Amino acid sequence: MNQKEDVSADLAQSIWQFFASLRLTLIVLLSLAVTSVIGTLIPQNESPAAYFRTYGEFLYRLFDVLDLFDMYHSWWFQVLLLLLTVNVLVCSVDRLSVIWRVIFVKQPNFSVDRFRQRKNRREMFVEKAPERIRKSIVRAAGSGFARTKVEENDQGFVMFAERWRWSRLGVYIVHLSVILLLVGGLIGSIFGFEGYVNIPEGETVDEIRLRNSAGTVALPFSIRCDDFSISFYASGQPKEYRSRLTLLQDGKEVLEQDILVNHPLRYGGINIFQSSYGEMGRPAPQIRKEPIRTAVLTFTSRQSGMVYEQRLDVGEGVDIPEGGGTFLLEAYEPSAVFRGQPIGEALKGRLTPPDGEPAEVLLPLRFANFDKMRKGSFIIAVADVEPKAEAAAPPEKRFYTGLQITNDPGVWVVYTGFVLIILGCFVTFFMAHQQVCVEVTAVEGGSQVAVAGTANRNRLSMDTRIERLAEHLEKSLGGDKP
Amino acid sequence: MTSSALLSVVTFVYGLAAFLYLTSWIFQKETPGSLATWVAATAMAGNGAGILLRWVESYRQGIGHAPLANLYESLTFFAFMISAIYLVIERRYRSRVIGAFVLPLAFLAMAYASLSPNISDRIQPLIPALKSNWLIAHVLTCFVGYGAFAVAFGVSLMYLLRKGRAVGSLTAWDFVKPVAVFASVTLLGRILQLHSWGGAALIGLGVCFVGYASAYLYRRLDPALKQRLLDRLPDAKMLDQLSYQLIMFGFLFLSAGIITGAVWANSAWGRYWGWDPKETWSLITWFVYAALLHARMMRGWHGRRIAYLSIIGFMAVLFTYFGVNLLPGLHSYGAMGQ
Repeated sequence: MNQKEDVSADLAQSIWQFFASLRLTLIVLLSLAVTSVIGTLIPQNESPAAYFRTYGEFLYRLFDVLDLFDMYHSWWFQVLLLLLTVNVLVCSVDRLSVIWRVIFVKQPNFSVDRFRQRKNRREMFVEKAPERIRKSIVRAAGSGFARTKVEENDQGFVMFAERWRWSRLGVYIVHLSVILLLVGGLIGSIFGFEGYVNIPEGETVDEIRLRNSAGTVALPFSIRCDDFSISFYASGQPKEYRSRLTLLQDGKEVLEQDILVNHPLRYGGINIFQSSYGEMGRPAPQIRKEPIRTAVLTFTSRQSGMVYEQRLDVGEGVDIPEGGGTFLLEAYEPSAVFRGQPIGEALKGRLTPPDGEPAEVLLPLRFANFDKMRKGSFIIAVADVEPKAEAAAPPEKRFYTGLQITNDPGVWVVYTGFVLIILGCFVTFFMAHQQVCVEVTAVEGGSQVAVAGTANRNRLSMDTRIERLAEHLEKSLGGDKP
Repeated sequence: MTSSALLSVVTFVYGLAAFLYLTSWIFQKETPGSLATWVAATAMAGNGAGILLRWVESYRQGIGHAPLANLYESLTFFAFMISAIYLVIERRYRSRVIGAFVLPLAFLAMAYASLSPNISDRIQPLIPALKSNWLIAHVLTCFVGYGAFAVAFGVSLMYLLRKGRAVGSLTAWDFVKPVAVFASVTLLGRILQLHSWGGAALIGLGVCFVGYASAYLYRRLDPALKQRLLDRLPDAKMLDQLSYQLIMFGFLFLSAGIITGAVWANSAWGRYWGWDPKETWSLITWFVYAALLHARMMRGWHGRRIAYLSIIGFMAVLFTYFGVNLLPGLHSYGAMGQ
């Protein structure tokens, strides 16, 4: 071997050592922790103009150079992740090559000497010969252990028991799963897409916009939004966003399904999520040429179930039957807003119960059951209005549904990683390769019994185990402490 | 009795238990000690009953969801997990002194939930994003983890107290430490309650003053008395081992919490990871504890360094839990259609 090869071998060796070092692990983990903070302090992926306004020119340029506005996808953050991956890989290979032989050994080599120096070793004297206590010792020490072995010798016997040798693999399972997570993420970002589309009710689209770039993607099918509806709780919080979608392939309907938040539609590897909604166009009054002057309202009594119909002009009031108080039809609103949510055309009224404060009641023309959520003693609904909307204009305000559409072939790799990381952590934290050794030597008038154990992790619980075993043997064999 | 009334009572029972644990440690009396255990167990039972009662109430009101859906409910569950984990440890290790450092945490969580005017104890219906079977699994796993980390934090504090420190010349660390304590207390004050940095800084100053004054007085204590106080703390080695085991337990559940959150996010928003501040902070916490576990398992770090890392980790937990509300561009579940 010439000197040059020697140097390059040395270099390779030291590079390998660098990537196999635990110091690198700690530095990378803590750097990831510290730098990740930045991206939670600076809002990510906003418009340059917004950043410019917030931070001023100098900071804007500085942050921009450092990629802090999209830092989790910046080159230096990716380098940190890559370092972590290489580190995990090299460490695992480095140590696994040694540990492999320990784990997959055919005939484990037990040696008494290893157990003679243990701190947890307990000794006792038993007034019985070794062969007479052998059975109970094997039973007591071997319980719960997968593998036991008894070696005879001139003075007596030695018994070994061990279990969970394979648990030494646990930490490598965790490492493998971390790599699976990163690889799965990579697969998703290369082969998958994340896009969005707004579909007005009744319309069909087959192309979506991508989220992280300016491009678009054509879907293998088209999506029609048949209907969008929203419902609220009495408190005004949104209760449900629901879109009825139909998927079409070559003009034929292949699937019809409602989607909700948390109930996406999955078809052919593509996932469709309910993500937002809105009203089409600007809130313009031209849909209805004239404002509503007269409305026919129904009052449904919760108590009796009776439905009373009442014709009212805007500005007119009425006494509600069954002593339900008075209702004043205050105004027509072309684009009403309820708790910050646009609800389209609505009639506004004021309900004064016989005993209580007057309350405002909104009756959107689009949502017939809207007033139910008020939980009043009467449910008020709009049965008819005058003048009616012009046929030429759209009959009612249209909503659009905002869909998030993704395709992520890496997700199953990531999920596999999820399962393995939990399994691996459990094995690593709560199981250990445990070995117990009981040495029995014939002495005058009986036997000398010594118990000791080893574990590659969590030695304290091994110590307790040995102590309990010693106590048990003393009691059952009638031994004395030496 | 309504659940929120029951839980307010539980707050005071926790306070009493914490007081008894402290008394029994400082005055070295057995009676308040054994009483403390019973009081703590009662508080935990009441806490659990309160949570169950709230569940029943939510069904009676026609809302019907597990009581794990807002800050009030998560705080009460947090207190429950802290006390449950602590009581298991007390039984196992037969040491009550740990209670003096852990039960106050459960008390503080409950007191914050019950007394803060910013936290509503009303049972609210679920917004669309929270309507999922993953809600229970996610919150449960996260808070088992947080509870374990909280107890580990208390144990690490005890370890540092027990170990004391070598009295020697001042180092840079001695100047950094008060500043760090002041900064974290101020930040915590701002996160939890106050709407102005000035008020939070005032609280920070006050807490630091009281803290350092009592540390000073403690140092001036009769050495014999001090030694007796310290002697009643469990053995340093056992504290070190205990915090390590708690952190392993917490780490497993934190991982499970992040994972259930990711799977849920994938069914609600169409991505399992989006670098949202809450997600990112949970990952930061995970990195800190992962570093701790590696340092301990592979490099044999022990004692003080691990205790400091455990305290930093718990700070990250607190920030993940509360602090994210402070951050810009926070994600809110009601962001739809806005």
